[in-house]
Amino acid sequence: MIDREMVQHVAKLARLGLSEEDIETFGSQLSVILENIRVLQEADVSGVSPTAHASRLTNIMRADVPRPSFPPEVLLANAPEQEDNCLKVNAVLEGE
Amino acid sequence: MTELYELSISEAGELLRQKKISAVELTKAHLERIRAVEPQVRAFTLVTDELALQQAEEADRRFASGEQVFPLTGIPLAIKDVICTKDITTTCGSRMLEHFKPPYDATVMKRLNAQGIVMVGKTNMDEFAMGSSTEHSAFFPTHNPWDLERAPGGSSGGSAAAVAAGMAMGAYGSDTGGSIRQPASLCNVVGLKPTYGRVSRFGLVAFGSSLDQIGPFARSARDAALLLQAIAGHDSWDGTSSPNPVPDYDTALSGAIKGLKIGVPDEYWVEGTQPGVVKAVREGIERLRELGAEVSPVSLPYTKYGVSAYYIIAPAEASANLARYDGVKYGYSYRDTGEMWEAMEKTRQYGFGPEVKRRIMLGTYALSAGYYDAYYKQAEKVRTLITRDFEQAFERFDALVSPASPTVAFRIGEISDPYQMYLQDVFTIPANLAGICGVSIPGGFSEGLPVGLQLLGPAFGEDTILQVADAFERVTDFHTRWPEF
Repeated sequence: MIDREMVQHVAKLARLGLSEEDIETFGSQLSVILENIRVLQEADVSGVSPTAHASRLTNIMRADVPRPSFPPEVLLANAPEQEDNCLKVNAVLEGE
Repeated sequence: MTELYELSISEAGELLRQKKISAVELTKAHLERIRAVEPQVRAFTLVTDELALQQAEEADRRFASGEQVFPLTGIPLAIKDVICTKDITTTCGSRMLEHFKPPYDATVMKRLNAQGIVMVGKTNMDEFAMGSSTEHSAFFPTHNPWDLERAPGGSSGGSAAAVAAGMAMGAYGSDTGGSIRQPASLCNVVGLKPTYGRVSRFGLVAFGSSLDQIGPFARSARDAALLLQAIAGHDSWDGTSSPNPVPDYDTALSGAIKGLKIGVPDEYWVEGTQPGVVKAVREGIERLRELGAEVSPVSLPYTKYGVSAYYIIAPAEASANLARYDGVKYGYSYRDTGEMWEAMEKTRQYGFGPEVKRRIMLGTYALSAGYYDAYYKQAEKVRTLITRDFEQAFERFDALVSPASPTVAFRIGEISDPYQMYLQDVFTIPANLAGICGVSIPGGFSEGLPVGLQLLGPAFGEDTILQVADAFERVTDFHTRWPEF
């Protein structure tokens, strides 16, 4: 069961703002989903190693050759706010 | 006479090379079709008509000058709005990226542009490819051309609907848990999810990075083969792309499947599958037997854990991938505060829709301290067991056959419970977890609505499943039927 406190805790971890309505709905919906997928716990996985991906490849290397990068103006073209070719954000530290 | 938009890609390519039609004519026929039916279907987030005509003129110039041409030169295609197109808005069906113009092309787009395709538009989708109906697009739902009251499936519903309605000769989508095969099934088109690593993911906006693959939609197996050929192969920009050589898919379409061993998984006939779907697929399996395939049952005992494992793994990966949308670098940004954390939380609150938020919450929960082992680690181990099921089956079988979706197209708004919607992908999810290939092909009709037949193949077995699909098409006419408007 996902209670109100748990919803708020997880939302905080995800830096996801939720409305009062979201907190209510997600609590009950996530509880239903988790209840349904609890069947997973029945599977006997003793001695089974986990699969993180299905590419059947390991440690792919490429030649370490320098190549041109994008000009900053191109990469900043979608930025919400910028100044002197830098991303502009709110102050991170208080009182500076 | 056949309308130009009704041609197959291979037929149109032949006519273009013989200069019996021009790419501009072909493109205009599709733009005309878009004008006629798009107001009802709403398959596109953006119709790129000016670009399409420019590209068509360029293709005609290539044909006239005797320059090298390719199977897709001058062919009008639609691209799911999750694939980055340089300087062309790529929204992912989300407010978060409503105005986002990628600074580069996805590798898939680079390869298509090198062939000289004509892009008619970007197609609608469930937000960030999360959904099975295209109702979770932040902009509008797409309508199924076979019944406009119904959903086309999803998340690549726009691509499936565009091809089914003749607004594009083919399209590309992405499939993380069934997002190509399920809408293909609901819209009566061919939709192929390649083996993980067969197609570069560079420039595909990430959802579940260990599961995502780009693949084609078409109105025949042969066209799907041409569309896959154009994008398959190693890419140094995607570390998970495979160096395995790419076979010639078109030559694999021999029409003969005599002696081919096809397994019918016992576990893919679950309660809740509509009787009309079961009937059509059973009849389809009989056709394969009549074609000389050796059809017999097989058991994939871990199938029953597929949906559960997927709904831990995919949201976990999504919660990490979507952490990048913080309102700092690009995308929607909440600016009405001087406080950093509040800005970030409100950016995500207003930028994401409900299904995306639900999955971020689910994934974050599954990865959080105290739950990681019980959920995420357990799901990864079950993923190994599901993969083994397939490996063992493919020691004895060349391909497997099943329904692609438990239902025909459902009404828009009919499925309101999130978990019920997740069950739409019960037959498609295991292939993503195991990284194998699969295709849904037009397999029949139930009460006038399309039923998809799913063919699953081993890793890098795209040639085999296309061969079976093509053989099936030669003795059936489902794929030649058109929806009426």
